Order: sequence, then C-alpha cells, then structure tokens
Amino acid sequence: MAKTAARNPPSEVQNLQGNHACALAAVAAGCRFYAGYPITPSSEIAERMSLELPKVDGVFIQMEDEIASMGAVLGASLGGVKAMTATSGPGFSLKQENLGYGVMAEIPCVVVDVMRGGPSTGMPTRPSQGDVMQARWGTHGDHELIVLAPASVAEVYEQTVRAFNLAERLRTPVIVLIDEVIGHLVETVAIPDPSELDIWHRKWAEGKREAYLPYAAGEDRVPAMARPGDGFRAHTTGLTHGENGFPTQEPEAVERAILRLLEKFERHREVIESTEELETGDTEVLVVAYGISARAARRAVREARAQGIKAGLFRPITMWPFPEAALARAAERAERILVPEMNAGQIVLEVERIVGRARVRGINRIDGEAVTPADILARIAEEA
Amino acid sequence: MATAEKQREKQAEQPFDVMAYLRRDLFPHFLCPGCGHGIALRALIWAVHELGIDKDRLAIVSGIGCSGRLGAYIDANTFHTTHGRPLAFAAGLKLARPDLVVIVITGDGDCLAIGGNHLIHACRRNLDITCMMLNNEVYGMTGGQVSPTTSEHRYTTTTPLGNTEATFDSCRLAEAAGAGFVGREVTLQTPTLKNLLKEAISHEGFSFVEVISDCTEIYGRKNDLGNSPEMILNQKSQMRPESYGGVIVDRPFRPNALPTGVLARNDRPEYGATYRRALAAAKKGR
Repeated sequence: MAKTAARNPPSEVQNLQGNHACALAAVAAGCRFYAGYPITPSSEIAERMSLELPKVDGVFIQMEDEIASMGAVLGASLGGVKAMTATSGPGFSLKQENLGYGVMAEIPCVVVDVMRGGPSTGMPTRPSQGDVMQARWGTHGDHELIVLAPASVAEVYEQTVRAFNLAERLRTPVIVLIDEVIGHLVETVAIPDPSELDIWHRKWAEGKREAYLPYAAGEDRVPAMARPGDGFRAHTTGLTHGENGFPTQEPEAVERAILRLLEKFERHREVIESTEELETGDTEVLVVAYGISARAARRAVREARAQGIKAGLFRPITMWPFPEAALARAAERAERILVPEMNAGQIVLEVERIVGRARVRGINRIDGEAVTPADILARIAEEA
Repeated sequence: MATAEKQREKQAEQPFDVMAYLRRDLFPHFLCPGCGHGIALRALIWAVHELGIDKDRLAIVSGIGCSGRLGAYIDANTFHTTHGRPLAFAAGLKLARPDLVVIVITGDGDCLAIGGNHLIHACRRNLDITCMMLNNEVYGMTGGQVSPTTSEHRYTTTTPLGNTEATFDSCRLAEAAGAGFVGREVTLQTPTLKNLLKEAISHEGFSFVEVISDCTEIYGRKNDLGNSPEMILNQKSQMRPESYGGVIVDRPFRPNALPTGVLARNDRPEYGATYRRALAAAKKGR
C-alpha cells in the first residue's frame, strides 16, 4: 500500500492532474504494459502512459478498439507483465466481456474508468457517477471483483497503486472508478519515493509440472499462476474449468470452481476494504458518499456540525465488495441517511439494503453538474 | 543460444510423432467424424516439430468455435480466449513476451466476422504472430449458421433460402491490410500445408494462413456435399495452385477458383522489433 505522506517525507511534490497521477502511480506500481483506445475524459491517462512507459522499457500500444485493448491487457498479463487500460462509460461497456474473462481465468489487471455522463454517448466532458453498477455487474454471470473510488488526485495515486497490489494478490481485475472532475482536477500531490511503496506480486507456480494444478488453491483461495516459458504449459480458458484448467460441466466441480472464485474475495475482505469516516460517533444524520460527491459531503457535514447538527460522513473508498459491516456500524445510531450521487440513485440501493431501519434518501444530480456542499447541507438541515 | 540451437536441431531430427505434442489425457477429442480441423492441427504440429520449436516457448492462442477448441489439445502454453479476440490477446502476449512463439488458431466466423477488425489491424501492425484460420464456411459449434465465407446459394440453418450474401476472400483482405506473409492451402495437401505453415511461422512479421477445411456433419450434410473424403477431394477442384515452388499445374479450374500456396510476402519491419528499437533510440537521447 502507498504509505501516507505524513509518515514518509515525499520525494517530490507535484501539481498533477488526476489522470496523470493515475499513470504515474501505475508505473510506480510496476505496470509495464498499457493498451488503450482514445476516449474522453480518460485519454490523458493513455497519453501520459505513452510518455512514461518507454522510460522503464515498458510497452505502450494504442489498439484498434476498446475490446482489443482489454484483450491485449489480458494477453500481456498472461505473459507475466503487470498491465492496465483506461476508458470511460461507452468503452467500459465494450470491455465487459473480456473483463469477465479476466475474472474467470483469474488474470491480474487494472481497468480505469473515468466516468462521464450517460447513457450512451451522453456527455463526454461532464461528470457523472453513473457507472457504479456497471462496474459491479457489467460483465455476465456470478462474479466478484474489486472497485476502488478515489476522491482526490492524491488518492487517485494511492488507490491506483493499491489496485495493482490487489489485482496481483487476488489474481483478479481491479477497477478504478474516477470521476471526470477528479480526472481533470489539478491538485498538489506528494509523490512517494518508490522505496516507500509496498508493491505486491502475484504468486508464481513453482516446482514440478506433474504436481501443478493451475486452479488449485489453498486457504487464501488464490491459485499460483503459471508463467509461459517456465515449463508448466498450462491451459487457460473462459469456459468453466476444473482445478486442472480444462473445461468441465461436472456439477460438483463447477460449483466448487465458482464458489472458490467468490470466496477468494471474502477471504481477503480485510485487505480489500477501505473506508473513511468523519464524525460518525454520535451521528443522527449520516451522509454516505463516494468520489467527488464525498468531498462536497465532507464540507457539508463540517458546516452542519458548526450549526449544531449531529451530521457525519461515511465514505466507501472500496466500492465493491461494498463495505457492509463498516457501514452498518457507522449507521447504527443514525435516524436519517442521505446518499448524494451524480446519478439517479445507484449506491443508495446498497445502503438501503444494509442499514435496515433508518430512513434513506438520495440526493441526485443528473444534470452534468457535481453535487455541491450547499445541495447536501440544505438536505441535512431538512432531515435534522 | 548455441545449446538452444542444438536442442532445436535435435528435436527437428527426431522422426515426427504427433502424439508427443498432444495432451492425450483429453482424448477422445471433440471433433466430428470427417472434420478437416484435425488434419490442420496435425499439419501445424508437424510444422512446429520440423522447426524444432520448444513446447515451453510455444503459445497457442485461440478464439471461440470449433477452431478455438483445438488449442487445448496441444501440449504447450495454450490460451482459449473470447470470441473473435485471439489476435488482440496475442498482440498483448507477444509484445509483453517477444521470446514466445505465438500462434493463433481461429475460424472463419471468429476471424472474419466478430474478429474482423482485429485481423486487419494485426496485418497492418505486423507483429510476429502466425494466424492459422480454418475456413469451413460455417459456424459449426453453434449448429451451422451462415458465415462470411459461406459459398453463394449454400443452405445453412440461417439461410433457408440459400446464402444470398457475397463472401470474403480472406487472403486478399490480409494482403491488402499489409500482412507480412499470406498463404492458403487445403487440408488434402497435408505436407504442403505443413510446409506453408513452416514458412509462415518462420516469417518475421504477421503471417496469415487460410486452411480450407470441411464441416461434413453439419454443412456437408445440409448441402449434399458428400462424405468427408468427397468433400476433401472437392476442395482441390475448387482451388487453383498458384505457387507450388513456381510450378503451375496444367489443368482446368473453375473461373472463380481460389488460389493456394504462398500468395503474398513483404519485408515490412516487424512491429515488436521496431518498437524496441524506438525505445532504445529514445533512451540514447534520440
């Protein structure tokens, strides 16, 4: 994990755009392959990667389309190289089938989605948080994956590094959801010295080929990966496969395979989950917000407190798997819960499911503008 | 390197035993009786053997369909990817791992319909990948629907009136898009196909080989094309050998017969090497 700047003096302070911070963090995390396709508002990530990767003997390639970019990223990772792609809503939709292949074949990779207004072509240059459910359920079938939602440029850096680490540790695609506002926001960022970063690597298959089962896993439910050229000559497929990696339709083996894919995430909940809480001890009105909306919420909560209202903020940084237990704890005393989102109401459904008795209401902006502190403060005052 | 070279020569000198390259524990295989894909698979393995390619360094990337399932039978690093996308996966793999010999096995639907965009750009990009496309004129795995190479008037499960669409000449497409090496062969000429594949794999750049295969069970039956030997023999009459070592066979062919043999070759620089040269030059300070 990226250690905080407070504990470790940064080697460099830079004014950085969120998208550029994402690219720099990827390289710092060990990314050596980027395949992408131009799409607003994420293109600066590709541009910066095309500049940074040659410096570290990495490969940058602009592919013929979004689908090919996702395929190339998976191919590179199967070859043993940390790989990333970035896109926005429409491109993210195109990547979903191959993303599912990454989930099924357990291929570490990072997919960045800089969200823009939708549906369809929507508003390419306007912010939205409309992809929260697409990130979770965009690909078909029962699956888990990890989705991280940073709320500042500094956090884009930190969470991108973390995305690579989690992808490697769990052998899974990890999605970084960035708001357009943050992707294009320039903020001062303390870039940690590379030596300060804790970088994780996937578990490689070792030992005799005869004893190796590509999809057999121990307690942590994460199988060791065979690197081509190391003599294991493994088979990789998107078909439901047994521990030997070959397709199976034997009910018991199928159930075991899918259960392990799901359990893998449950077993790592501690490292996956990350949240921020502000004033949640005695909260009566709790705001649950993520990304740029959480920054507006933070200010609204502080102002509400100054007015004597017992307001608090719960911010999931890891969006999926959703930090259920942490929210349930934070919401224990709250009578009213507000969920500001730049969509017509997506994560509010998850909040409703988890908190039980409290009254949950959304604060929704679908006009291409960010939710403001004033929007939220007014509703807190109404609810208090 | 010298030992690797010796190892290669030693392997190539051994008599060819296809079984030594197959994952026999997966047998019986899934192909229908009379299907030409097995012959193509044998030709490919034969080429790999004669080139002395180390199985550990061999990466087979395939898509979806009957062709896509072939990879699993080869005792190598095998990747059975998504429908139409093996060339995209292969591009990432080859760029990340230039040390691997990357061969794509695909079909007419996988490569020319859903994956058509990837094919033309793979040809243009010219990465050192060999693409063997098995053309059986039909979507066999899904039950026999029309494909971009289904001949005119032929019946499929989605052309009950006979096919009314025009077909692709995939080799001309690949050549026009800039593939470094383009060839076509029928499964009947297995040793010739093996030699063509050897040339394709040896070519530094993107190689495209179309193999005319047959789908006896579904396509042949539906169109009364005869049994498997009849279908395979018929392939020959529908082809026009273009470049069997420069010898043109003197016999009458159908006016629209497709040419076989090596159909195009160019010496455009291979993309991976070009990219790595650019990296090195940039590092030196341009």
